Amino acid sequence: MPAELRQQGYSEAQLRLVSEKVPCREAQAAALLALFGEPDHYSFPSIFIYGHRAMGKSHVTLTLLRELQMPHVVVSCVECVSPGLLFEQVLGSLFDSSAVTLSRSPSLSDFVRLYRQLCAEDSAKHTRYIVLDRAEVLRDMSANLLPGFLRLQELVEDNVTVILLSEIVWDKFRPSTGCFEPLQLHFPDYSKAELQQILAQDSHPSYSAELYTFYINILLGVFYSVCKDLRELRHLAALNFPKFCEPLEKGEAEESDTHKLWRNIEPHLKKAMQTVYLREVSSFQWEEQLKQDGETQSLRGLSAYAHVELPYYSKFLLIAAYLASYNPARTDRRFFVKHHGKIRKTTFLKKHEKTSNHLLGPKPFPLDRLLAIFYSVVDSRVAPTASIFSQISSLVTLQLLTQVGHDDQLDNPKYKCTVSLDFIRAIARTVGFDILRYLYDFL
Amino acid sequence: MSKRKSKDTQWTAGECVSQVRIYINVKYCVFCTYLNPRILIQSVKSAPCYRCALPYILLALFGQAQKILRERYCYQRVPSSPVGIESQRKNLLELLRRTAIHGESNSVLIVGPRGSGKTMLLKSVLKELFEVREVQSNVLLVHLNGLLQTDDKIALKEITRQLQLENVVGDKVFGSFAENLTFLLEALKKGNRSSSRPVIFTLDEFDLFAHHKNQTLLYNLLDISQSAQTPVAVVGLTCRLDVLELLEKRVKSRFSHRQIHLLNPMDFHQYIETTQEHLGLPQDFPDERFAQEWNSSIKMLCEDRSVKDVLRKHFNTSKDFRSLHMLLLMALSRVTPTNPTIKPGDIQEASRLCSMDAKANILHGLSILELCLIIAMKHLSELYDGEPFNFQMVHNEFKKFIQRKSHSIHNFETPVVLKAFEHLQQLELINPMDGPSAKIQKEYQLVKLMLDHSQIMEALQKYPQCPTDVKQWATSAFG
Repeated sequence: MPAELRQQGYSEAQLRLVSEKVPCREAQAAALLALFGEPDHYSFPSIFIYGHRAMGKSHVTLTLLRELQMPHVVVSCVECVSPGLLFEQVLGSLFDSSAVTLSRSPSLSDFVRLYRQLCAEDSAKHTRYIVLDRAEVLRDMSANLLPGFLRLQELVEDNVTVILLSEIVWDKFRPSTGCFEPLQLHFPDYSKAELQQILAQDSHPSYSAELYTFYINILLGVFYSVCKDLRELRHLAALNFPKFCEPLEKGEAEESDTHKLWRNIEPHLKKAMQTVYLREVSSFQWEEQLKQDGETQSLRGLSAYAHVELPYYSKFLLIAAYLASYNPARTDRRFFVKHHGKIRKTTFLKKHEKTSNHLLGPKPFPLDRLLAIFYSVVDSRVAPTASIFSQISSLVTLQLLTQVGHDDQLDNPKYKCTVSLDFIRAIARTVGFDILRYLYDFL
Repeated sequence: MSKRKSKDTQWTAGECVSQVRIYINVKYCVFCTYLNPRILIQSVKSAPCYRCALPYILLALFGQAQKILRERYCYQRVPSSPVGIESQRKNLLELLRRTAIHGESNSVLIVGPRGSGKTMLLKSVLKELFEVREVQSNVLLVHLNGLLQTDDKIALKEITRQLQLENVVGDKVFGSFAENLTFLLEALKKGNRSSSRPVIFTLDEFDLFAHHKNQTLLYNLLDISQSAQTPVAVVGLTCRLDVLELLEKRVKSRFSHRQIHLLNPMDFHQYIETTQEHLGLPQDFPDERFAQEWNSSIKMLCEDRSVKDVLRKHFNTSKDFRSLHMLLLMALSRVTPTNPTIKPGDIQEASRLCSMDAKANILHGLSILELCLIIAMKHLSELYDGEPFNFQMVHNEFKKFIQRKSHSIHNFETPVVLKAFEHLQQLELINPMDGPSAKIQKEYQLVKLMLDHSQIMEALQKYPQCPTDVKQWATSAFG
């Protein structure tokens, strides 16, 4: 039985409307409303609401303020590049905007002075609320902004409350010498049942609610262990529902053929996790692909564009660069010299896993080493012409190699290879080179 | 238009109703600031007896009680001056009186932790001082705040404005800060008298003024307070004990080194008494019977054992008034108008809400994949003694778990795991060692986990439907 919203000073109809608009969040809305009190009562100078994204923090706060018609202003701090924009928005919404004249780059002092002036002409009968969304951005603006807003009620001597909404916990906000501690309110995450309840509200009118609930169950079964974000799940549900209903439209299955419907949709959901969920393809491309029946239509994700077609010697240069980055220099003799003689076994003890180069990242190497490995890896005789060197520069432009160190170092520039193991294996396969045999970590 | 009841009429319950009856015809009621007027009028019309009107009257009285208490907690209109600092109060009052009446310049610093009542003390002293007529007509007050006046130029404009000398200054251009300030103070000289009016400067967040360039404002103010031209009192409020070390030598030497410390020596018994006082309704409440009932219920509440335990826990954490007021406000917000008393359960629930662990709450809302990544990171930090790690290492640990021990979590693709990792970074549960750089690939950037071992284990206990193999992996010693 959800908590009912009750508060003096507001009509029953308004409160019922609010509780309809905030499903599964009645308890939080009731707690917030209890803190607000009656319209002309004082509330705590600053309230900090935190919780994961898409938990309804802005939605509940804004619904309460709007439906109960309390004077308020909502500012998203991400939009406010400078403090002046923030001040203008607040003053313009709370007071008559024609009276607001701020200087070019106003300081907090100007803001407070102007607020007091406007307040003296137009004093608050009801509590005013200033809602700052994405409040974590305030930490990076000037250092006095956050402590100033936390105690705004005291500075302007008016009945105003500042509500901060954020994903990040309050401990990360606190300045070093302390500040006015706001009242903290937590919006807990939705349970699986609540998610199902909310998602089921989006059901399509032409199909029954049970069918949609069944569809949501399948969707949550695939995605719940990866992502609990309501916005992402709603987006995925909306995108994939037409495909789910395809057999029903074509007449191949009935609503009760649950197994058939499940078999139809599940591979698509799995593919969606690799593409749409990762934003590799746009939603439009995804919808187009679902409309076409062919399953062999492979979707080119954004990272597929990294697989450019390289010329023959460039591929070997890249392979040589990878080997140079991930093999320690002392092992080159073993891999690339034809008759290396006996190598003492003690120097090649299997290293501790942590120092495996594939976990630590690529190491820089000088140009000489790259060329030495390249000449030993390439099977034909290659002359050191300018075309080879220019291919190295083009690899750097493609960001498959990065230049380490100073730009002016012309005699022996150092590079680093920034491709992944899967990529280089694909490239090596195209030229028929077994790269795993030459990697130290896979000995 | 609301017609407010004037505060100096004392009404008993019966009288209220007769007043209400009178106002029916006029179509607004005496309580219409809190109630929809039509409700009250309707009910009284149909049920003219006192007993039926009583619930509405109680509602209105409760609303008025809430209003007073909220003003007390949020707006700091406390009933009396805080306990235990009488000597400091006398000291400050004496000092300011000497400036205001006898024309002696002074400077003093009030030092105390946040929420210990520095501003409250200063306000009550100034209120008492300004009751003297001579002071009221003669002395000027300038309030500066370190958070607002972040620059000396802004501070000077503010001083000009508060002394109401904007017209006098006009468009004059001054060579230095000192010239400007002396001009302002000269301009305060009254007509034919040779002496200037005393000015009291209040500097809130005094330590922030010490960060200005060259500390010119502080230097000049303290210089004037030492040079006996104009009677000036400089009162600084700060929360830093080491504030004197922030001052330059020339500023420090001009300061009188007078400090008033508010270290709040309340003991637990006084703390309970203060709580009772702050929860009780004042003497001038409109309805005596309601106020008496309320105050006696508060007295019983403060004698309850569980409430005493809660208050002791808060007292041991911090003795200041602000956290007490937060607790009382949260308890008050749980009281319903149909049963207007604060119960011990309300205080306990408020205490629980005030002392929740925020990071554990955030951990509760993570998906299973993200939770597994956190456990993998915990194992890495334990195994390698807190050394930083990167995404590849975490992914490696996670893959080992999937291959060897897990049957409920299937292998996710690397980009999906990377997205989960980036989400944890956005929540600031993981912090990069140095800033993001374009030269290092994001899979290899070194990061650090900002969670404690015990926090993770506690969060796992509370995590809904946590698979048993994940729990076992977390508790096992060697990953």
